[in-house]
Amino acid sequence: MAVVFQKPKALTDAPLHYCPGCTHGIIHRLVAEAIDELGIEGKTVGVAPVGCSVMAYDYFACDMVEAAHGRAPAVATGLKRALPENIIFTYQGDGDLASIGMAETVHAATRNENITVIFVNNAIYGMTGGQMAPTSLPGQVTQTSPYGRDTATVGFPIRVSEMLSTLDGPEFIQRVAVNNVKNINAAKKAIKKAFQNQVEGKGFSLVEVVSTCPTNWGLTPQKALEWVEEKMIPYYPLGVYKDRSANKEEK
Amino acid sequence: MAEKVLMKGNEAIAEAAIRAGCMHYFGYPITPQTEIAAYMAKRMPKIGGVFLQAESEIAAINMVYGVAGTGFRVMTSSSSPGISLKGEGISYLAGADLPALIVNVQRGGPGLGGIQPSQSDYFQATRGLGHGDFHLIVMAPASVQEMADMTAKCFDLSDKYRVPAMILADGTLGQMMEPVVLPEPTEYKPDKPWAVTGTNCERKHNIINSLYLKPEELEKTNFERFERYKAIEENEPLWEEFMMDDAEICVAAFGIAARVSKNAIMAAREKGIKVGMIRPITLWPFPKKPFKAAADKCKAFISVELSMGQMIEDVQLATECKVPVTLCNRAGGMIPSPEEVLEAIERAAGGNK
Amino acid sequence: MATTQILIAGFGGQGVLFAGKCIAYKGLEEGKQLSWLPSYGPEMRGGTANCSVIISDTPVGSPIVSTPDVLTAMNLPSLDKYEDATAKGGKIFVDSSLIDRKVNRTDVDAYYIPATKLANDAGFPTLANMIMMGKMIKEAGFVSMDGMKEALSHVISAKRADMLDINLKAIEIGYNYEG
Repeated sequence: MAVVFQKPKALTDAPLHYCPGCTHGIIHRLVAEAIDELGIEGKTVGVAPVGCSVMAYDYFACDMVEAAHGRAPAVATGLKRALPENIIFTYQGDGDLASIGMAETVHAATRNENITVIFVNNAIYGMTGGQMAPTSLPGQVTQTSPYGRDTATVGFPIRVSEMLSTLDGPEFIQRVAVNNVKNINAAKKAIKKAFQNQVEGKGFSLVEVVSTCPTNWGLTPQKALEWVEEKMIPYYPLGVYKDRSANKEEK
Repeated sequence: MAEKVLMKGNEAIAEAAIRAGCMHYFGYPITPQTEIAAYMAKRMPKIGGVFLQAESEIAAINMVYGVAGTGFRVMTSSSSPGISLKGEGISYLAGADLPALIVNVQRGGPGLGGIQPSQSDYFQATRGLGHGDFHLIVMAPASVQEMADMTAKCFDLSDKYRVPAMILADGTLGQMMEPVVLPEPTEYKPDKPWAVTGTNCERKHNIINSLYLKPEELEKTNFERFERYKAIEENEPLWEEFMMDDAEICVAAFGIAARVSKNAIMAAREKGIKVGMIRPITLWPFPKKPFKAAADKCKAFISVELSMGQMIEDVQLATECKVPVTLCNRAGGMIPSPEEVLEAIERAAGGNK
Repeated sequence: MATTQILIAGFGGQGVLFAGKCIAYKGLEEGKQLSWLPSYGPEMRGGTANCSVIISDTPVGSPIVSTPDVLTAMNLPSLDKYEDATAKGGKIFVDSSLIDRKVNRTDVDAYYIPATKLANDAGFPTLANMIMMGKMIKEAGFVSMDGMKEALSHVISAKRADMLDINLKAIEIGYNYEG
């Protein structure tokens, strides 16, 4: 019988713990597919964050390291410097990457550290039960912004891709979403490119994936996907923010 | 015999680390240890090693965590305020059972404190360098020669027990130059089956981790780790005894305080006072045995420290409070003079007559 | 000689750490026990700088010189600060072109060398430190002049080899200075 669909080899058999309707599962799969297609599983080391995807180390079949909250880019820097021939990626959420770990993120980017960063932006702290994130939208109700994010007192969301693309360092920065098939296909392409760049020694490649959190957003999975389309993407426009190689080719 | 060279303590640590096969260094500038970073910045690129000035102490220790996971020898260095920042990462190293070397060239505190030498991070190093139940192997050099020798020793012990190790020095030892015979260079080839180097699709994945959500599993890791600590406490305490054979008064001092105390002890001996010194070389494990033995024959102990009195608690514990332990100390970057220590010895000698 | 505790003090930039380093290397060449400890910190830029050097036949205890056997003062604040600390019977060397007072102590030997002026006259104004060092070696004898060039070659980088002879000359000027 012909196999028409199977789990990527780069994922283990451990059942994912994510909530129904959470898009972490899709993103895990896209990362694993990219690893499979590039044939790099045996030399890949992943770095898991603190947050909902903390146990990503159980799900990816490659060697894995669990980092302290926000420190994944620094840990990945150590790994890559010690193992320059290996492929190193981090998988981080918005609180991890854009709040507590912002310094590590910016500096790994500006060093053009030859690593791949998968940044899952769902505008909330999921694991701790739905607190305001650096990427929570203006007016967004969370446990710690119960009257809605008030930009006058807590400031504005951070557009990470736009911000990092102002640096000279990074090689590739793209924002994608996984709320429909078309966007998932584009996300797959971006993630694979972010790994391919590392294989080719090009440098820091970050893919920001606009994601969902139906549980903490208080929405059904279906409504959450609609919220991504209606609220998230307008604030976080999809697209390539930086692609140094492409720019060079144009010139 | 290898050639004696003149080096600063900080430089001796850096060169000895390289000779111990440490090819990865991550740090952040802070007085009075910056010579270590500067030395590494100069040498590492020439020998194919890695020097990286991190964006913060926090990033530096996490870079160390990354390299340690691959099995290679790795180190960072800082001074007191910077070590506080590294505390989180050190706890993670301990929790993930990763070997690494952390150097603390201490300065006065708390807070931003000052930049002059101090020993006020003794508690931090031996008790609480981060959250959770854990220890570091802590060695306290007292000369530039020991700065070099203990660097190599720390790497060996850290690898042997999978426990991070610390050199607890101070600004004086870091800045001073003395003749030193450097250890012979060795090439370090990691042989660590737990390391993350890529599965090569030939084995189950390795995971470097300190997260155990099931308390019974986390408890098990703690008990297992403390078995190793027990072995370290049994096998690895190091100390020096100075003029202890007939001593009635025992000075306890480590690092630079022990150097100052030696002068005072010589002067006291000239005055006919029978005084000696036990100098802990490992601060954790603390050398309890010699203190316990000395408590049976000495009438008084004096803990000489560049702090408000921290090691004194270990001396009291090790001597089981059988005899009085007094404190002779300066703090905030000040160093007790040999005269001050001599006075303390004379007080101890006179007081119990 | 058992142990000589030397304190060299002056303004940052006068080369007091360097002079101490030269003495330390000479001690090393002669197989002596020694330590060299600089003051460190912001005062290294312009303020007062000093270094403790101990040369001994036996292992050095405290590397901090609190009671110098030999004090070299290259500015007035240094003489004011350390004169009283100097050991009874010790030797105090004063750069008399920069310090216009005499040593008050009567239980020490005082030597006055117009080192800065001598250095200017000789055409190497930055080497007053080495002139002072020459005189210290002559009078205090903690190291010898033999093989000084070799010792200096460890302190002066190969890139500045031209400076080696000039430094040696400055030391000799101090060594031979009578007055």
